[in-house]
Amino acid sequence: MTNTQPAEHLLSVENLTVGYGERIIQHNINFTVKKGSIFALMGGSGCGKSTLLKSMIGLLPPKAGDFLVKGENYWKSSKQHRIDIGRNFGVLFQSAALWSSMTVGENIALPLQLFTDLSSSMIQRLVELKLGLVGMSHAINLYPSELSGGMKKRCGLARALALDPEILFFDEPSAGLDPITSKRLDDLIVNLRDGLGTTIVIVSHELPSLFAIADDGVFLDAETKTPIAYGSPKELRDHPPCELVNDFMHRQIFEHPK
Amino acid sequence: MTINNNASLPSLQPEWTLKFENQQPKLCLYGDWLAKNNNIPQLPRNIFQNCSADISVQFDTDQLRTWDSGFIAFLWELKNLATINHISIDKQQLPEAAQQLLALLDDKKPEVSPPANPPFRPLYNLGGWVIDSLNSLGVTFQLFLFALKGVFKFLAGRSYMRLTDLLRDIKAAGPSALIIISIVNFLMGSILAFVGAVQLRKFSADAYVANLVGIATVRELAAVMTAIVISGRTGGAYAARIATMQGNEEIDALKVFGIPVTEYLILPSMLSLTITMPIMYLYACFMGILGGLIVSILMLRVTVLGFLYQTFGAVPFNQFIFGGSKTIAFAMFIGVSSCYIGIKSGRSAADVGVAATKAVVAGIVGVIALDAVFAVLADIIGI
Repeated sequence: MTNTQPAEHLLSVENLTVGYGERIIQHNINFTVKKGSIFALMGGSGCGKSTLLKSMIGLLPPKAGDFLVKGENYWKSSKQHRIDIGRNFGVLFQSAALWSSMTVGENIALPLQLFTDLSSSMIQRLVELKLGLVGMSHAINLYPSELSGGMKKRCGLARALALDPEILFFDEPSAGLDPITSKRLDDLIVNLRDGLGTTIVIVSHELPSLFAIADDGVFLDAETKTPIAYGSPKELRDHPPCELVNDFMHRQIFEHPK
Repeated sequence: MTINNNASLPSLQPEWTLKFENQQPKLCLYGDWLAKNNNIPQLPRNIFQNCSADISVQFDTDQLRTWDSGFIAFLWELKNLATINHISIDKQQLPEAAQQLLALLDDKKPEVSPPANPPFRPLYNLGGWVIDSLNSLGVTFQLFLFALKGVFKFLAGRSYMRLTDLLRDIKAAGPSALIIISIVNFLMGSILAFVGAVQLRKFSADAYVANLVGIATVRELAAVMTAIVISGRTGGAYAARIATMQGNEEIDALKVFGIPVTEYLILPSMLSLTITMPIMYLYACFMGILGGLIVSILMLRVTVLGFLYQTFGAVPFNQFIFGGSKTIAFAMFIGVSSCYIGIKSGRSAADVGVAATKAVVAGIVGVIALDAVFAVLADIIGI
């Protein structure tokens, strides 16, 4: 299994600057993500976690710097090659982003129908399997509007798993979920990593989730617009490199020095 | 993702055999179990028919090579069949990762009922449709009355409607629609003049092309075509906007604050159309007559003054009043019906599209139906 293989850097972010228009959200971002690890993008609201994630999943070109996937420069590749690289990505959006005009089963089947040559019976078996893995088998014929927030998240995860991606990106997977559902989702994420060997990048500021699942991470600061700490959430909690990280990890109110 | 033990070897067909050792079933698995190869075998439903209950199935995975989720799908089916037959499975010999994934899956697939096909009951459906339609008509009329009440509150300075919303809607419904109104009505006038010229020339009645274009445009076409364009353009946009607000719980937020939806959302939409459409009607009349004039000049060699003299001789002022009145009724109908459809929509993205389509269809059909009512009224009062 991938966990037992020697650590290998699957993703590398090098001097990345992200933003919208003229506005820089984060700059000088550098980190690597090991194969089979769960990597957390941490920081307070509005610090640029989701913006960075958008750059990593191909939705927002960076202002500067490089993003390497298995050594290949993602943003400097041709558009077609970026699409090919992106087939190895599965993304769980914050709102789950299930296609509302399709049933849950159709949501998961669509990528399989479009990007594989599988027979319809094999697609059906895989759709059932992915839903089974997230405990949502009963929802196969339901529409997203018939699901609760937590159920949508789990179905969104099943869709993200549809093509057996090597890398999964989660944007705030626990946001809006009750603690029990949130814990179940955390367990599921770890089980999927352990079972499938998937590398996971997760955006979150839910501390219990981060402490429970993340192996490594980067802490982004909204004030300086740059990463200020690297390491697993537990390490950052136990050995915070600065006051801001310490206060964040211990849920204290921090005021930037004027 | 492939869990790959022997990636360099050529792919082998996935196979399984069920062997019995001392009455103990053992499932031997061979080859590459990859979903992408599209050859994951199906298990027969009677695989455990020779097994007694309460025994355990073991695995031999020595010959198992690469695998992915296709293998897990196979194992899950096996787990299901084993559960149904009261047989346990001993996962010890399976790869550790497969054991973890299998642990996530229920022992038995839940029974999923297929999507229900509603039974064919024509009388029941017709009755439901009639009741729904009457209900919609009643609610639309109620909304219209609420909006009318809002007008009086607005005039008394006690309305929740914001002037900025009204001005924004007026701009969207009026000036922004001028180009499409110009094109449609100019072409309608031109086509009418062209067809009229070809036919009337046979009777040496060329001069009456101006009458034809004038009466048809002022009495019917300018009002109806403008309303249809506004229904498609603005009515659809209103419905989509309100349906999106419904999906984002913005309407719920208005209700929680106690802001009346009719005044805050429907009133500016209805008023903006009621204010702009009569003006656009006059503009549409001008463009339609201009189209007819240009075709007549080119085809019939008439003079501009001659055409205009003939037109205004044929179209008395009360025709403009009649056309304008129709336009106001169309505007109110489009405003209220499109907002009603938006408010009654579902909360998903697909529902926004459905609401926009419904608003356009209801607007066009309603405008033509109202026009028919006006035609009968005009006949009764002798316009």
